[in-house]
Amino acid sequence: MIRRTLFQRFSSHAILWILALIFTAPFVWLVSTSLKSISQALADPPVLIPHPVMFKNYSKVIHNDRLDFPLYARNTLIIATLAVLGTVISSSLVAYAFARIRFKGRTTLFIIMLATMMIPFPVVMVPLYSIFRFVGDHTPLQMLGTSRPLWLPAWFGSAFNIFLLRQFFLTIPEDLSEAARIDGCSEFGIYWRIMLPLARPALAVVALFTFMGAWNDFLGPLVYLQRPEQWTLSLGLQGFQSQLGGAEWPLMMAASVLVIVPIIVLFFLTQRTFIQGIATTGIKA
Amino acid sequence: MSRIAPNRHSERSEESRDGSRLESPRCFASLRMTRGRRSTEVRNLPKALAFLSPWILGFCFFTIAPIVLSLYWSFCRYSLLKPARFYGLANYRQIVIDQDFWTSLGTTLYYAAMALPAGMIVSLGLALLLNQKIKGQGIYRTLIYLPSLVPIAASSLLWLWIFNARYGLLNELLSLIGIAGPGWLTNAHWAMPSLALMSIWGTGNTVVIYLAGLQDVPTELYESAEIDGANSWHRLWHVTIPMISPVIFFNLIMAIIGTFNVFAMPYMMTAGGPAHATYFYAMYLFENAFVFLKMGYACALAWIQLIIVLALTLFAFATARRWVHYQGRA
Repeated sequence: MIRRTLFQRFSSHAILWILALIFTAPFVWLVSTSLKSISQALADPPVLIPHPVMFKNYSKVIHNDRLDFPLYARNTLIIATLAVLGTVISSSLVAYAFARIRFKGRTTLFIIMLATMMIPFPVVMVPLYSIFRFVGDHTPLQMLGTSRPLWLPAWFGSAFNIFLLRQFFLTIPEDLSEAARIDGCSEFGIYWRIMLPLARPALAVVALFTFMGAWNDFLGPLVYLQRPEQWTLSLGLQGFQSQLGGAEWPLMMAASVLVIVPIIVLFFLTQRTFIQGIATTGIKA
Repeated sequence: MSRIAPNRHSERSEESRDGSRLESPRCFASLRMTRGRRSTEVRNLPKALAFLSPWILGFCFFTIAPIVLSLYWSFCRYSLLKPARFYGLANYRQIVIDQDFWTSLGTTLYYAAMALPAGMIVSLGLALLLNQKIKGQGIYRTLIYLPSLVPIAASSLLWLWIFNARYGLLNELLSLIGIAGPGWLTNAHWAMPSLALMSIWGTGNTVVIYLAGLQDVPTELYESAEIDGANSWHRLWHVTIPMISPVIFFNLIMAIIGTFNVFAMPYMMTAGGPAHATYFYAMYLFENAFVFLKMGYACALAWIQLIIVLALTLFAFATARRWVHYQGRA
């Protein structure tokens, strides 16, 4: 009996070890290639440890006269930050109303809001583009060719995050807000000074996933950003690939590493929030 | 006003706490209160609307208006450069005989047929393995999860390199055991399986959802199954799988929806080729909208997508009654 469990334990360790190796191998290959010279990247048989180690690849990616990666990083950060701010503020406001204010038609509105989550993005993609174009043509606010279409909608609440925050608000004891109300606190005061601080874990999940979504987004920037100086990192990678045309593998891998690393660092800094977020919401960042 | 509201709230919460005692005089109080509640609900309306205003505006401009426009334009000829002209059912008629539509639909379903079951088996298997109490559990979990964090543009570049016919990791490894690997992405037969394989690498996210589901399975069930002489296979098949079937179902629905949105991966890695072997539905839609500028046609394609996804989801729901078990419902 004991021998069997020992064997079982050993075998699941072995399987997990192999699987972890398989899942990690692409990362190893990525970093290894990013530090190789071209001739070494194309060597036969392949080498795992680069020699000499070409840290220069990274500086070549960063100081590149055709593609300005630091600028793309800045663009991406600006879009992501504005999207995070907008989502957190607007979604929490709306979620507060759905969770804590009793008003006529609340259930109906809530169901409508949930229903909007079912609409596939392609259905609204073309009209959204036209709407932003229309706004740009008829108001001084230029939309197409700027990053505004990528973060502006975030300021008007996103159904999923509203739902998430509402569920969290419902778990906060109502007595707290009642006490504040008796003390003469306004509804906004209750939201701002009581609910928001208490909902910090949920807000962190929303902020984190919004940030990741903005960082990883590919289709949105592709549709809206036209000039290279507005590109995000994702578009930069794509531009890199189409310009280098599949020759400079070490440079492309170095660029990829630079895009991946911030996300991995962010993950390790916020691991607990992160895993809890996925487990409770079931979404991909 | 702010004095009345708290009283009502606190009484209501008390009422729900001992709501079982119907004979208590409070049940009459609650009758009186329904009338009061209605007027509070109306009185609260302006305040609520103020809080809701971001979403209401967004709902009008970023949801309802686009939906109405999209539906209308799907019946129009609209190229963005010229105003939309009503065109009747022409777009939809065109779609039915459009070879590229059927190709892109076919490739998307082919991808789904490979990536969905494979992804489900791998992620469920991984979750079962990672759910055991063994040393280094956290490290294993992290390593399996990390790939799903990689931005799609970066993972596309990485796998483009891994799948490289001559110098890629995959073929280099295969050559070590004497197999001459195919051209993967440059081979029309292998391109789609390659993309499905790559999608499995990023499955960590689904694994986490399964893990959460597994942790909710009551251990008593395993204990009593063991007492009844169930071996580990029985326990998996008769306890674990039924108990997490709602999670499996959730993941299935999300995967169906996700398949139709696969875009960046084929766009960056194969440009839909070779010979349209990886021409995904989302790519075809995108090209119609922003390359050919046939925006009316693209809208029609989007509505067809909605209908197909809806049909698949409903089909999943229809079969769900047979295999999805919700706790508390026999």
